[in-house]
Amino acid sequence: MSSTSTATRLVAYDEAVSRYDPLIGLETHVELSTRTKLFCGCPATFGGEPNTHLCPVCLGLPGSLPVPNRAAIEYTIRIGLALNCSIAEWCRFARKNYFYPDMPKNFQISQYDEPLCTDGWLDVTLDEAEAAPYGTGPHTFRVGIERVHLEEDTGKSQHMGGATGRIHGADYSLVDYNRAGIPLVEIVTKPVEGTGQLAPAAAHAYVKELRDLLRALGVSDVRMEEGSLRSDVNTSLSPRGSGRWGTRTETKNVNSLRSVERAVQYEIERQAAVLDAGERVIQETRHFHEDSGITTAGRSKEEAQDYRYFPEPDLVPLAPPRDWVEQIRASLPELPAIRRARLQEAWGITAAEMTDIRNAGALDLVEQTIAAGATPADARKWWLNELARRANDTGTELTSLPITPADVARIAALVGSGALNDKLARQVIEGVLAGEGSPDEVVAGRGLAVVSDDAALAAAVDEAIAANPDVADKIRVGKVAAVGALVGAVMKATREQADASRVRELILARLTQS
Amino acid sequence: MDTELTRLTAAEIAAAIRGGEVSAAQVTGAHLARIEAVEPRVRAFLHVAADQARAAAAAVDQRRAAGDQLGPLAGVPLALKDVFTTIDMPTTCGSAILDGWCPPYDATITRRLRDAGVVILGKTNMDEFAMGSSTENSAFGPSHNPWDLGRVPGGSSGGSAAAVAAYEAPLGIGTDTGGSIRQPGAVCGVVGVKPTYGGNSRYGVVAFASSLDTPGPLARTVLDAALLHEVMSGHDPCDATSVDAPVPPVVAAARQADVSGMTIGVVPEFTGDGVQAGVLARFTEAVELLESLGAKVTEVSCPHFSYALPAYYLIAPSEASSNLARFDAMRYGLRVGDDGTRSAEEVMALTRARGFGAEVKRRIMLGTYALSSGYYDAYYGKAQQVRTLVIRDFEAAFERVDVLVSPTTPTTAFPLGERVDDPMAMYLADLFTIPSDLAGNAALSVPCGLAPEDGLPVGLQIMAPVLADDRMYRVGAAVEAALDARRGYPLLNDAKGLA
Repeated sequence: MSSTSTATRLVAYDEAVSRYDPLIGLETHVELSTRTKLFCGCPATFGGEPNTHLCPVCLGLPGSLPVPNRAAIEYTIRIGLALNCSIAEWCRFARKNYFYPDMPKNFQISQYDEPLCTDGWLDVTLDEAEAAPYGTGPHTFRVGIERVHLEEDTGKSQHMGGATGRIHGADYSLVDYNRAGIPLVEIVTKPVEGTGQLAPAAAHAYVKELRDLLRALGVSDVRMEEGSLRSDVNTSLSPRGSGRWGTRTETKNVNSLRSVERAVQYEIERQAAVLDAGERVIQETRHFHEDSGITTAGRSKEEAQDYRYFPEPDLVPLAPPRDWVEQIRASLPELPAIRRARLQEAWGITAAEMTDIRNAGALDLVEQTIAAGATPADARKWWLNELARRANDTGTELTSLPITPADVARIAALVGSGALNDKLARQVIEGVLAGEGSPDEVVAGRGLAVVSDDAALAAAVDEAIAANPDVADKIRVGKVAAVGALVGAVMKATREQADASRVRELILARLTQS
Repeated sequence: MDTELTRLTAAEIAAAIRGGEVSAAQVTGAHLARIEAVEPRVRAFLHVAADQARAAAAAVDQRRAAGDQLGPLAGVPLALKDVFTTIDMPTTCGSAILDGWCPPYDATITRRLRDAGVVILGKTNMDEFAMGSSTENSAFGPSHNPWDLGRVPGGSSGGSAAAVAAYEAPLGIGTDTGGSIRQPGAVCGVVGVKPTYGGNSRYGVVAFASSLDTPGPLARTVLDAALLHEVMSGHDPCDATSVDAPVPPVVAAARQADVSGMTIGVVPEFTGDGVQAGVLARFTEAVELLESLGAKVTEVSCPHFSYALPAYYLIAPSEASSNLARFDAMRYGLRVGDDGTRSAEEVMALTRARGFGAEVKRRIMLGTYALSSGYYDAYYGKAQQVRTLVIRDFEAAFERVDVLVSPTTPTTAFPLGERVDDPMAMYLADLFTIPSDLAGNAALSVPCGLAPEDGLPVGLQIMAPVLADDRMYRVGAAVEAALDARRGYPLLNDAKGLA
């Protein structure tokens, strides 16, 4: 059953949310960063030559049996506790049965009606900048967590020869089982009500908060682009104020935070058009297209498969001892929202400034730079401007740049003491990134130092005045603003090493004294 | 000389090798010769690994020559059911869908046998994926009962039982899911043991029904079965359902062979209608014998045992429907219809249609139905409740008695072909063995004579509590010793099928 006939009709977003209440829900899959897979000793690392991280167990060979990885269970409990969930005293794994070539056993070991963690919540805050595009102010939502459970990942199919890379039209398919058996945690929210027009932003903010939380817990790499964090977004609409829940769609292939927001917005616009036309929203899985920002129909949930769940007979029930759960609880780190509030206060910065730092992925770096002696303003400036630009230019993460927070703090200190100016500091950064050593070694190696000795600058000032008589005349008659051209000439002549403010003083002294 | 070697028990062979009276190579050679001589009639083996067996025997001889301490079964040949993975032999499970598959790994039990110096002669025939009671469901044709080649050797471990009864090997290994070791043991006149569930590793045992599958020994004497039991058993970190507890002292119990002071319970539900007259006669005699040996005998009703068979036929097929889903032509085994035009799903369907036999398909469909949304509670859920009631029957019984006894099977070996078109009749062969599989406790079948009407062997089933496997060895060894003494020779001497 395809709904492509309605896919092209959309209602403008503002109009859609003026007449319909959106209801969203998210199912997020997180690949855990355990050393080994969930049920065998193969490495759980991303990628690798296809079909090299394999053994009889994760390949599901006849006779092989799963043995649970204790670390994966611990990580799941960590996530559950951080999300304020109850941890089951007794639960079981279940088999989810369906045939697909990338699933070695044609069933997935998952959890069904007895998940490890249930009934928690996560607070999600939209700041001014995030809420503004939707015409509202800052807002905090409490997102209810239905369940957190542990399961094994499947292999990965690659469809070859077709135009789309999807199975339809492909000549043949290849399967890489390296991913099969990597521990996967599924985090399912309760339906999130009352977001109104902020639904897309709330979905975005939830996944972002969850990502930061998982990173802080140290349980996952949470890289959406590598698929270690994948969110499916459920969206439904009901007539404004009706209090009823509409039929939902589940949008998959949402591979970035921005896409989460776009996918919800698109579904609201599309479903509003369907409802406006007096038609029924079809309960189905939809596929998000990153390039066009639209969703298209996938498999219809109304003809959904029967997964024939039953308790996994190859495993014994899971009964985490209470003292173990309490040990894990005691070892939880400070949670990201609390930490951000604390640091924002300590650094005396605004919410928007904190959002910038967070969005740049620079919170740890800035914190460590401040700890190494820099002022909050300097730490923020260097990481968010010069270093963010360089990371962006080279397509690397800020955290992967070969420069340490201590290096940045040292550079800021050199600027603060007048030994470097900003331009020279940028050259020092360039040197450190190029592997020329520590900031002090780069300064020494490149011979970088601000020239603030008046005698050394006097000749350059005289030369600049002699070479630009017109400019000099303007200044003499009181047009002080023209001094910039002379300062520039001196700076150029001194290879940017002069202290620009001192140069300006010297020029003005020469030209305005009678 | 060679014929004499194949008549020895495993204990005798091991002692002779340790003592230097015979080499492991000679023993293996004698058994390979016997296999060559009788296999055309018995067809116990799907694959005879003569070269590997000779190499394993030679290694034992070298170890002895080097002065190494040899284990209790070093150099003893064994017939291994084709459901255990073996890195150097094919593993087919009696199915066309795995024809020619050579696993890249050894089962834990395979590995333990090799480490103990046991010589694996080859892989034995079985009902496809262990589903059946006659070996007639093997894709490679049935095995024959050495007592009467026109009759079934039982199943699903019929190949291993027939090999032991035909003196092709002193030891065999099978798996018991609903009676698949004890029933063939009984109808072939050998000892068959289902140890406590979890006492033996399932790693590398191709799964039929995971919560029931139990590897165990087949042998011509209770002591031999006990020796093998101790070599096979013990905790395996590769099997999450493996029990981390000491192996019960079954060898000591078999040597003790004394029932004085024990209380033995007769299950009245299993001694009534539907039991062949000669089977019942031999069973009653065995109970009287136990009494005469100093045991106290009492009747213990187990009211829910009557529901065990229907519950089993929901639970086992449910698990099987999922366990057998992996045979899809994608990674190993048979592939049908891969002509470049068909989708993966079509190839899967064609392969499974051709690769699985009728009984396997029947059980996959039964199980798929029982697990379906809307039917789960009424079928799978209800069957699990019955399973709990069966466990409680056992628990209540074992508060009053040390072991329970019953006939192992309602009838002696039936003729080949008699039940192939009547699944219910076939299923009834496991009527008395299924309760112990559902409950996971230990049970042993020991020959207790021949039914007068057909001259075929009858098995006495002795059921013991979970992890009290030693008790049934005590009782079994006592019965065996008394009957052998009374008769004056081993029962198998009366087997005339190969005469």
